[in-house]
Order: sequence, then structure tokens, then C-alpha cells
Amino acid sequence: MDWMKFAYAALIVALLIFIFPAAKYWLKNSPKAERGDWQAFLLPISLVVLFVVGLMWIVGQ
Amino acid sequence: MNDPRLQMSSVSQASVLATNKVLRNTYALLSVTLIFSALMAALSTVLHVGHGTSLICSFAALALIWFVLPRTAESAAGIGVVFAFTGLLGFGLGPVLNFYLNMTHGAQAIATSMGGTAIVFVGLSAYALTTQRDFSFLGGFLFAGLMVVLLAALAGIFLNMPGLWLAINAAVILVFSGFILFDTSRIIHGGVTNYIIATTSIYLSIYNIFISLLHLLGAAGND
Repeated sequence: MDWMKFAYAALIVALLIFIFPAAKYWLKNSPKAERGDWQAFLLPISLVVLFVVGLMWIVGQ
Repeated sequence: MNDPRLQMSSVSQASVLATNKVLRNTYALLSVTLIFSALMAALSTVLHVGHGTSLICSFAALALIWFVLPRTAESAAGIGVVFAFTGLLGFGLGPVLNFYLNMTHGAQAIATSMGGTAIVFVGLSAYALTTQRDFSFLGGFLFAGLMVVLLAALAGIFLNMPGLWLAINAAVILVFSGFILFDTSRIIHGGVTNYIIATTSIYLSIYNIFISLLHLLGAAGND
């Protein structure tokens, strides 16, 4: 239904407007990453990726 | 008695106690709201709620965290707002859950994504709590990522590309996994002192990871 598509689009636009001030604040005021910070972030995120891929593989069997 | 070392020690002790209190209250409220949300999701599944109702619930939930929560977060009324917010989002899950329950391996996909979300949440929270690392440097990166994901989702509504939806769901899991690290580390380092706000943020991460994981597992199971 077309009106549902437009309603979902309106919800996403509303979410974008809601998030925008916080995004602007954090883009300006995020502290700089220190040595090792990105590695500390990428390690658990890589594990999440492997976990999700593993789950998808198991479900796909 | 006026030893500065003793004063500093008592100040840092008070700060640690305050952080622990926020953390404890956040996890307590989070667990209760997750149970409430699951009950509301079960109710909407039984009632066979339609997509229109689900959409209205999403708009109402957004209105609550946009206009009502900021005014009530410092009072007991904020707890009621969090319950209303999580209840509405849970109730809005009905059509998605019914869609998967009607599929061959749908129930399995729902159970697996619930378990998977729990593992991701517990694992990332434990990592942030044990390493005590400050992940606030991720703020700009995560919010920019979220804006990009939302813009891609907006395009996806009209482009009707299944591959794009899979990529969006994968990106949602990554972004909200980052938000779990970010939010937990902000509680630990005193960036968030209000457990109602902290609960709302972490709940949103769990909710979005669950839905996206469900879509990915549904796609993997050819549903």
C-alpha cells in the first residue's frame, strides 16, 4: 500500500529530525580517540560480525 | 583531617558509588521493561495487530521520547514514560512476529534472534565493564553512521531492493552494537547520571539489534 510507504518514510524523516541535534553535538564534541581505542572497538565488533555470520550460516543449513 | 589525599579518595569513592547506583538501576529497569515489552509483543501477536497499528505505536513511542521523556526523566513519572515507550514498541512488533511465525522456520528464527541479541548485549556490556575503556570517542562516528543508515532506509522504502535491506539490517546491528559500548562506557565514566535515559538508550539498541537480526536470520532461512 502506497500510504504505508509514505507513512514509514514520514517516520524515518521524523527519526532523522529527532537524532539530528544529538548527531551535530557529538560530531562537534566527540573526544579524540587515543592510541589503541579503535582497536579496542574493532575487536568486539569483529566478534559480533563473526557471531552473526555464524548464526546465519547455522540457520541457512 | 584536612588531608587532600583523604578528601580526593572520598570524592572518588562517592563517584564510584554513584556510578554503580546508576548502573544497577539501569540494568534493573532494563530487565523489567524488556519483560514488559515481550509481554506486549506476545499480546499483539495473539491479537493479530496490523501494520497500521504498529506504525501508530512507533509514532507514539517516538513522540514520548521526543517530547515527554526530557520533561519527566528527572522524576518518578519518567519510569511510567519508559514503560509506555517500551510497551508501545513491543506492541508494534506484532505484525513482524506474526509474519515470521507463519513461515516454516519462523519460530526458530525468532528464538535464535532473541538468544543472539542477548549474547551480543551481555558480551558487549561485559567487555565495556571489564575493560573500563572510555568509548565516548565513538559518539560522532555512531551518530553519523545512524544518520546514513536512516537515509539508506528511506531510499530502501521506495527502491524495493532486497539486497539493500539486508545491508541496512547488517549496518543496524553494527551501529547499535557500537551504541551498547558507547552507552555503557558513558554510564561507567559518569557521562550519563540518569538511569531512565540510560535505560531508554540501551533498550533502543537491544530492540533494533533484535529486529535486524530477525530479518537477517529470516533471509538466511529463505523466509
